[in-house]
Amino acid sequence: MTKETKNPSIDRVDGRMKVTGGANYFADFELPSMAYCVLVGSEIARGTISSLDTKKAQGAPGVLGVFTHQNMPPIPGWDAPIGGQADGPPPKPKTEETYRILSSPKILFDGQPIAIVVADTYERATYAASLVKATYAKQASRTDLSKHVAEGIAPGGSGDYSRGKADAHQTAPITLEANYTIPIEVHNPMELHGILAHWTGPDKLMIYAKTQGVNATQNAMAQAFKLDPKNIHVHTEFMGGGFGMGLRTWPQETAVVAIARKIGRPLKLVMNRSQMFTLVGHRPYTVQTIRMGADQTGKLVSINHAATAETARYEDFTEATVNMTKFMYACPNVSTRYRIVRLDRSVPIWMRGPGEATGAFALESAMDEMAHKLNLDPIEFRLRNYTETDPEHNRPYSSKNLREAYEKGADAIGWNNRKPQPGSLREGNWLIGYGMSTGVFNAFRWEASARALLKADGSLTVQSAVTDIGPGTGTALTMIAHNVLGVPVEKIKVEYGDTSLPKAPSQGGSAIVSAVGSAVFDACTAIKQALIELAVKDGSSLAGRQADELTLANGILSVEKEPGKKLTVSELMQVNKLTVIDRTKESKAGPDHQKYSMYSFSVHFVQVRVNPLTGVVRVAKAVSVADSGRIISPKTAASQMIGGVAGGIGMALTEEAVIDHRFGRFVNNNFADYHVAVHADVPAIETIMIDKPDPIINPMGAKGMGEIALIGFAGAVANAVFNATGQRVRDLPITPDKVMQKLV
Amino acid sequence: MNPFQFTRATTPKAAISAITKESGTYFLAGGTNLIDLMKREVIIPERLVDINKLPLATIEKTASGLRIGAMAKNSAVADHELVKKHFPLLSMALNAGASAQLRNMATVGGNLMQRTRCSYFYDTSMPCNKRGPVQAGPDKGKPNGPSGCGAIGGFNRMHAIFGSSSKCIAVHPSDMCIALAALDATVNVSGPKGDRRIPFSEFHRLPGELPQKDNTLLPGELILSVDLPTNRFADHSHYLKIRDRASYAFALVSVGVGLDMKGGMIQDVRLAMGGVAHKPWRLFEAEQFLKGKEATEVNFKQAAALAMKDAKGYGENDFKLTLAPNSIIDALKTATKTA
Ligand SMILES: Cc1cc2nc3c(=O)[nH]c(=O)nc-3n(C[C@H](O)[C@H](O)[C@H](O)COP(=O)(O)OP(=O)(O)OC[C@H]3O[C@@H](n4cnc5c(N)ncnc54)[C@H](O)[C@@H]3O)c2cc1C
Ligand code: SF4
Repeated sequence: MTKETKNPSIDRVDGRMKVTGGANYFADFELPSMAYCVLVGSEIARGTISSLDTKKAQGAPGVLGVFTHQNMPPIPGWDAPIGGQADGPPPKPKTEETYRILSSPKILFDGQPIAIVVADTYERATYAASLVKATYAKQASRTDLSKHVAEGIAPGGSGDYSRGKADAHQTAPITLEANYTIPIEVHNPMELHGILAHWTGPDKLMIYAKTQGVNATQNAMAQAFKLDPKNIHVHTEFMGGGFGMGLRTWPQETAVVAIARKIGRPLKLVMNRSQMFTLVGHRPYTVQTIRMGADQTGKLVSINHAATAETARYEDFTEATVNMTKFMYACPNVSTRYRIVRLDRSVPIWMRGPGEATGAFALESAMDEMAHKLNLDPIEFRLRNYTETDPEHNRPYSSKNLREAYEKGADAIGWNNRKPQPGSLREGNWLIGYGMSTGVFNAFRWEASARALLKADGSLTVQSAVTDIGPGTGTALTMIAHNVLGVPVEKIKVEYGDTSLPKAPSQGGSAIVSAVGSAVFDACTAIKQALIELAVKDGSSLAGRQADELTLANGILSVEKEPGKKLTVSELMQVNKLTVIDRTKESKAGPDHQKYSMYSFSVHFVQVRVNPLTGVVRVAKAVSVADSGRIISPKTAASQMIGGVAGGIGMALTEEAVIDHRFGRFVNNNFADYHVAVHADVPAIETIMIDKPDPIINPMGAKGMGEIALIGFAGAVANAVFNATGQRVRDLPITPDKVMQKLV
Repeated sequence: MNPFQFTRATTPKAAISAITKESGTYFLAGGTNLIDLMKREVIIPERLVDINKLPLATIEKTASGLRIGAMAKNSAVADHELVKKHFPLLSMALNAGASAQLRNMATVGGNLMQRTRCSYFYDTSMPCNKRGPVQAGPDKGKPNGPSGCGAIGGFNRMHAIFGSSSKCIAVHPSDMCIALAALDATVNVSGPKGDRRIPFSEFHRLPGELPQKDNTLLPGELILSVDLPTNRFADHSHYLKIRDRASYAFALVSVGVGLDMKGGMIQDVRLAMGGVAHKPWRLFEAEQFLKGKEATEVNFKQAAALAMKDAKGYGENDFKLTLAPNSIIDALKTATKTA
């Protein structure tokens, strides 16, 4: 049903709760006799603690304990071979170091916890934490990737890729070589990270976490404490933004759980903003080189894409930075290479759009540079190299409507006002420029389960363990259930974010509508089938009708051929003495998925205004087009795109976490100095949904859109700045100093 | 944060005597800077004297201009009819600072007294000469973090290009003060030894050998108000602030301009810059040059070049050597056109 018709726009189902304080985030939970943890971080990036004075802290008012490497309770499951990650196989090649929180005096990165102070109030814990004093035997640290690019190692698993001729670049008629840099970016969701841990029995644990997956946290804790996952209850209904930093259980969370057991009281940890820069991951500093060759007809001859990113010395983090280059354009000769450098830094983690956003900035900037060299319109250049099949895997796309997306976006931004010659458009002191860029991200469908309960009063409850990190998961699941069962939206309740509910994957990878949505679809479909079977059975007023003659809408079963012939769901359930119909379904991708490449696509268009004197760049207008299958919930989908664009503006113009490499320490780890885009940076954003169902991915035809909302956006801005000024900025963020022109 | 005592004063006299009596005592105005510094343990007061109840929040006309009370909130000043009408530069500068929430808390006195935003100053594990010794708190007497200037040779994107010393290259971060400097304000203070008036250009100081000292206020002195003399710049005022995002960021460079124009001629001019020095930076030479000249781009360029005569970059802030003159030109152009 949903495949044919566009969905109506409904309001975010939990919107009212969120803006009136009714939604409880992990730190909102208060438990009797709860105590508070505060972390003390190292002030050096590499070395050893030579002395640690905790006496004053221990004697401070309200203090219940000060935990350091000298007295940290053991974490039984952490005899596994790798650091922070207790939940995976050891990396290959082996890392140089192992990071076990508070297990040794060794310091592997700046901000590494050297003590956890527990007190009866947050304020007292904070004060006591300030009394912990350490001295260090400091070693020279390496934190500057730009100085160590040559030391990149090939991480296990993600090998180099090539097709066609390796040296095609050398003979291409028109060539380009350019380097692009993305600085460290930090997720910086509004909500601070942490955990509330409560041992409800000797082997029973209740956790309120800030996690993108309650089941993932449950498993990590089960391993760490050698418990049956059934004895661990994790609750995270709402999250105040995650952007990827909640995709794993961080060591300090596990430590708090261990200390809570030792102290025998529920413990809450809420980290502070500067700790968010070092203890919950970041987008890694990445340098990229693109070499591109084309011929005079505007056909790509070759692309080489090499990326080197930072990681920690104790863990190899990798992401799909170079992948887009493999399949985005019809190009016969393509090679990619991905390397990581182990530095005295904390480990990165996926940040919205992850590596693909980093890679798209380079590739889509290079496409713009090449289009300029060829004297071609950037859209025309992309169309000349458009591919209907995936050249990496030699198989069709499950769906791709990118041509339409280019067209609609170009119309909306007024692309025909763009002048090919940079610096041609001026309004007073301001230069005007237009830029565009493509984004793409895997459309996944992971295994998930959901339960649906239809009650005789006509109300429906839908359940899944999935956490809503903000995109409107509850709203999308409501729409899916509504579409299958016709139950009015107001009578549907979605329960989520709790391990007592059917298992679901972590909220990430733009996969939740597809994965959990499919499970909800299946569970609701099962209820519908049950209703129809009852309705056509002997003794029913619709007995004898064919199952496929019946339609179900607004709680009423009817037969199209027989107007007036109606049976309400409640009547039907009463007759059959049913108070509830309850179905749980596990849902996963079918074998067909192997035959297709599945991606969501986006195109971003921007108009910028640039003051050439002061270098100030303003995004004046943004249009983002999503080709992500059927749109389930138009309003929250548009919000997703708008949020992605706001993040993209930050990535393009303002965000950069700066390290003083002499100390290996951040110098702008707060909200005043790390510049997340603010309202004044973000113009009105137009979102356009292609809204055509994907016939393969899932029964709703819906693909994800969380990542594509951001992927490519920074490139569109850089390309527009070039169009406005002739200035090509290849190192993000595009701050005034990189754009201003010398006058005096 | 460290424990401290809290008292509230209702008269300036009481406030002054409270702060003079015991060392380690600080005035608390809006708290938007002081509380942050306390959280980071850059300042560890033993006592706070809340001065929010002092009757010092009025904004009133005087015979020679306008008097703004030290406790007037930044937002109240920015929105005041007399300020908007006669001293629009001050309104513009205030509105370019911080965020609406902060401006609702921040006071004029506190804004004058706010400390630099240099990252090293705020991180007590990093070297800094400005923090000076810890005056109070649990580590009484011990040095407050390592000495030396972290910003020299480090992250100095935000730092000074004028008037710095080998001891400190920090900038005064205020926007409001740039307007006050341009508008020839006077600061009225009261202290244990009585009242005095400090010309604005003498209120803040250059770091020299004593980077701990931001200004010339004496121990125990309380700012009462700021006086602004009447001027003829209202029709041609502009505050240009260049920063790393469109709002809620400190200035890389800012320029306050007031022009008194007749036809295309500049009768009189005031120019001050922010984000470039340890104090609001008046461009006296450039002013002198522009006086009596035509408002043309050529003249603006020359004025900007004059203003940059003694500028010096420290690496990461070298771009200011270009951004500053460009901004002067841009601001002058806009000011010429306003009204
Ligand atoms: C995130 C952030 C961003 C900001 N951005 C900007 C910006 O862009 N531009 C800008 O200009 N400012 C900015 N500010 C700074 C802001 O303007 C100052 O914090 C504010 O003006 C300080 O005023 P207050 O009343 O809160 O002072 P307080 O914090 O209460 O006091 C500051 C100091 O002044 C002393 N003091 C206060 N009143 C008096 C008095 N009457 N006499 C003598 N001493 C006194 C106090 O003892 C204290 O030492 C920002 C601040 C923050 C936190
Ligand atoms: S510039 Fe001044 S405030 Fe900054 S580190 Fe140097 S001495 Fe300290």
